[in-house]
Amino acid sequence: MLPADQIRTVMHDQFQAGFLEVTEFRGMTTIHVKGKIVLETLRMLKSDPRFACNFLADLTAVDHLEKGGHARFSVVYHLLNQHDGLRIVLQAWVDEELPVLDSANELWRTADWQEREVYDLFGIRFTGHPDLRRILNPDDFKYHPLRKDYPLEGRGERSDFPVVARTVGSKWSDRGRTFE
Amino acid sequence: MGMSDSGKAEWLTTRVDNLANWARKNSLWPMPFGTACCGIELMSVLASRHDLARFGAEAIRFSPRQSDLLLVAGRISIKMMPVLTRIYEQMPEPKWIISMGACASTGGVFNTYSVIQGIDQFLPVDVYLPGCPPRPEAIIDGLIKIQQIISEDSLSHYKVDESSEAVAP
Ligand code: SF4
Repeated sequence: MLPADQIRTVMHDQFQAGFLEVTEFRGMTTIHVKGKIVLETLRMLKSDPRFACNFLADLTAVDHLEKGGHARFSVVYHLLNQHDGLRIVLQAWVDEELPVLDSANELWRTADWQEREVYDLFGIRFTGHPDLRRILNPDDFKYHPLRKDYPLEGRGERSDFPVVARTVGSKWSDRGRTFE
Repeated sequence: MGMSDSGKAEWLTTRVDNLANWARKNSLWPMPFGTACCGIELMSVLASRHDLARFGAEAIRFSPRQSDLLLVAGRISIKMMPVLTRIYEQMPEPKWIISMGACASTGGVFNTYSVIQGIDQFLPVDVYLPGCPPRPEAIIDGLIKIQQIISEDSLSHYKVDESSEAVAP
């Protein structure tokens, strides 16, 4: 595995403006890039023999609403090279105004459902995704609940259902219920 | 009981009530709606150690059309609530609901956008079982409470009220 400063050089030479930084935390190297070059970066990390990350272990997102960062959202790709166990994290930063990224579906088919989950919970869209629908919430759900500005208790979705009354006459519900 | 001024019919109706209630309460056909950990506890009640068959409720039906006791065991998400309502509506009368555990009854610790904060907001629950999960003894107690409700019941309650909009299935 390349040391962090060499990754920094490689990234800088290849992507210039799109590349943001490389950070290290407890032996885990994270590459930060702007959202618009995410697909080229992923393609490079997969095909470049110095990385050869053949497996997308996880794909998720973080809302940095109050935390601060390069932009509001970062979409996080956990990559793994299964031959020598190299792990690398790629964070692609996108703005609130235009939360759109290229889909990684063409590189790893497993990105399909994971991108749907990120879309469902964060409202980040993936261009080139074959079937970008909600995956966990109901189809008619209006919000993206893992965004930090969505209240934990929701906006009334959980109490918005028809009430089913007892279906036989009114006497039925008047039954005295005493368990003494 | 006995003959009254109004004639034989009343005497007879009372006896039919008793007969029907006796038959109903001793052969409940539960429809289990186990969506979480409470469902596991429910299974143990049905198994040999606690043996719900002793109370005549061992014939678990996974078709709502063949059951009369809806056992809601677990948290109900906003995606599951329409399904639960649909299942309840498919059950033939007479029917009863047990809301098992803190989650089904109140939402439990899951005070989030996606969990229904008590199914009794939308469905007519008959018996609530406290606990997380309720012990098997509590489930058996809940079933006996349902039997008690049934024995207080009367066939005359099943007349459809013309003034209400409710429609018998
Ligand atoms: S009440 Fe407890 S055991 Fe039952 S579903 Fe909720 S968390 Fe699980």
